[in-house]
Amino acid sequence: MPGTIADRVAQATPPHLAGRIKGFSDRTIAWIFVAPTIFLLLAVNIFPLIWTINLSFTNFRANRPNREVDYIGLRNYERILTDSDIWLTMQATAHFLFWTLFFQVVIGFTLAWLINRKFKGNDLWTTIIVLPMMLSPAVVGNFWTFLYQPQIGLFNYLVAFLTGVDPSSFQMIGDVVLAPWAIVIVDTWMWTPFVMLICLAGLRSIPDYIYEAAEIDRASKWRQFWTITVPMVLPFLMLAVLFRGIENFKMFDLVVQLTGGGPGSVTELTSINLKREAFEKWRTGYASAYAIILFVTVFGLASIYVKALNKVKER
Amino acid sequence: MKTKQILAASAIAAMSVAASNAAQADELTLCWAAWDPANALVELSKEFEAQSGHTMKFEFVPWPNFADRMLNELNSGGKLCDLLIGDSQWIGGGAENGHYVKLNDFFDKEGISMDDFAPATVYAYSTWPKGSPNYYALPAMGDANGWFYRKDWFEKPEIQAAYKEATGQDLREPQTQKELLQIAQFFQEREIDGQKRYGAAIFTERGSEGITMGATGAMYAWGFKYENTPGKYDMEGAVNSPEAVEGLEFYKELYKTATPPGYTDSYMEQSLDAFKSGQVAMAMNWFAFFPGLYADPDTGGDKIGFFVNPGQNIEASTLGGQGISVVAYSDKQDAALEYIKWFAQPDVQAKWWSLGGYSCHNSVLNDPGFKDSQPFAADFLQAMGSVQDFWQEPAYAELLLAMQKRLHDYVVADVGTAQEALDKLIEDWTETFEDEGKL
Repeated sequence: MPGTIADRVAQATPPHLAGRIKGFSDRTIAWIFVAPTIFLLLAVNIFPLIWTINLSFTNFRANRPNREVDYIGLRNYERILTDSDIWLTMQATAHFLFWTLFFQVVIGFTLAWLINRKFKGNDLWTTIIVLPMMLSPAVVGNFWTFLYQPQIGLFNYLVAFLTGVDPSSFQMIGDVVLAPWAIVIVDTWMWTPFVMLICLAGLRSIPDYIYEAAEIDRASKWRQFWTITVPMVLPFLMLAVLFRGIENFKMFDLVVQLTGGGPGSVTELTSINLKREAFEKWRTGYASAYAIILFVTVFGLASIYVKALNKVKER
Repeated sequence: MKTKQILAASAIAAMSVAASNAAQADELTLCWAAWDPANALVELSKEFEAQSGHTMKFEFVPWPNFADRMLNELNSGGKLCDLLIGDSQWIGGGAENGHYVKLNDFFDKEGISMDDFAPATVYAYSTWPKGSPNYYALPAMGDANGWFYRKDWFEKPEIQAAYKEATGQDLREPQTQKELLQIAQFFQEREIDGQKRYGAAIFTERGSEGITMGATGAMYAWGFKYENTPGKYDMEGAVNSPEAVEGLEFYKELYKTATPPGYTDSYMEQSLDAFKSGQVAMAMNWFAFFPGLYADPDTGGDKIGFFVNPGQNIEASTLGGQGISVVAYSDKQDAALEYIKWFAQPDVQAKWWSLGGYSCHNSVLNDPGFKDSQPFAADFLQAMGSVQDFWQEPAYAELLLAMQKRLHDYVVADVGTAQEALDKLIEDWTETFEDEGKL
């Protein structure tokens, strides 16, 4: 077949179609092709966002369609930002976010580093390690409630076996101090494999010749780790942190199944709180303002983070 | 020839009747919670299908998701349900938001009188505004929160002796809330038949309505009220009265000192499981479950006893139960009304009780044999005589969630004091009622 791909596509285009679009400029044709996507984007993303912003300035309630809707200015925003209960859910979310990311990065990177060393059964171990992230969060939440059960739970039994304490003497999901850690443990168990896989991809992308050159320069293993491995895996690791950070900021299903936000409200993350405001209390205007605040927070933090990520990549 | 003509005419008439029946026959969907009485209603409704030609479909949702699922359905104007047995607290929203069909004209036309039903159930399940003669539901399922206990353990001589020694009193069905606590604490971690047992299974659930339904059982008995003057929303001094505070402190003590470990998020199912597995000596739950509990081969029969929620300063029980309403968005309202007309008949109501449903019809409740018809029937009557219900306002969900949070924070999560919890609750409710334009 002679000619370039473009020539062949031009030849294969039916003459009547070519003739019909002959009168349009390239710009118009480009718009025609892009228009459906733009329309879809506007309809699915942009319009709801603008509508949500609009609702956030009202006292609208979706369960009262007949009630008059008043514009109340920034009242919803003021209420949210001065509500101590909302700040407590923000604190709970920050605790969850920080510790899950911390443990997942440390354990995920360690596992990836170990898996990357060639040994017998390497593939089997990789498969076993990634199993938890293949499960549904709702299922994971449910069966961990059984594992955490003080009387028959395997987790309590294991802790009791290792420490000698009475298994029914502590309640992982019923204790105010332990419950925030209980959800951190489960999320770490489930999503560390994800971080591990991304780190593994980073580790495997480091060419062997760099280590060989370092060996020739008599660099120690420790120095190789800190000056080659860590810097070259860092962009991958930061990407994993970005993904997990965004996911965990909006964490809902797993925690709802596990603790329902309790005991009291100590594990009530912002997404759970938002859902209650929007679809249980039906304070639609208030919940819209809440959603906008969360959106701006995530968007702002993610933007700063992506900039940092790009800087790391450029180094 | 004449015979042939008559036969032909009869055949045509029969066919036309059949055709008209077929044209009018509808498939009705009845929505309710998934629990024991729902199965009884399926059985009962077969009679309606046979009589009317309509077919019945049922949509039963587990209790923890029932309100969420059904209120979303109503709020979105969904046509899933033609008939809804909605919780008593939904009546305000159902009426004001136009979800339920007002039934006054229908009742007048069909000669259905609300005087034929127990006044407490008409007030709680049917009327909006409360106590007015505006009916949006027919009382369908009377219910209240009651108690059941291991009668066989209570009757063991060694346990009776140990209780007497420990308290100086005889072991019996508790007569007051404080006696209930004393008995529950006595059984806590006590070894019976070689196993460690616990005092009581109570409601502590956070997500839907559990802890509110449980704790109010104690708080009502102490004298908790929602308003000083009904309809005025003047909550200060009622919601956070010294009696209410004491009632809430009592419930926390009951939770902390007499429930099984890990009992932090428990409602109906967990209470039933704890009792049936032999974990607890006593448990609270809705009367609706009592027929099933009594029939249980392992812990029912002679081994189980029932008692009404004990009083303290006053006699009071938390109201459960529901009325049956016609959903305003249904396309089959005529057939749905036909079902209600059928359901309101005294003989159907009698059968409803015999199958395990709790009829609210006077002909059933006032029957001389009613009290002895089941071991819990007398307690049910007593409970229904002193029931108190949560707010039934259109904003009930918001009001309920606020109470769930404040009670769970205090009772389970040890946040603040009972006084602070109830003071904050008033703040939450005040904000809601201000938003509603009622304050």
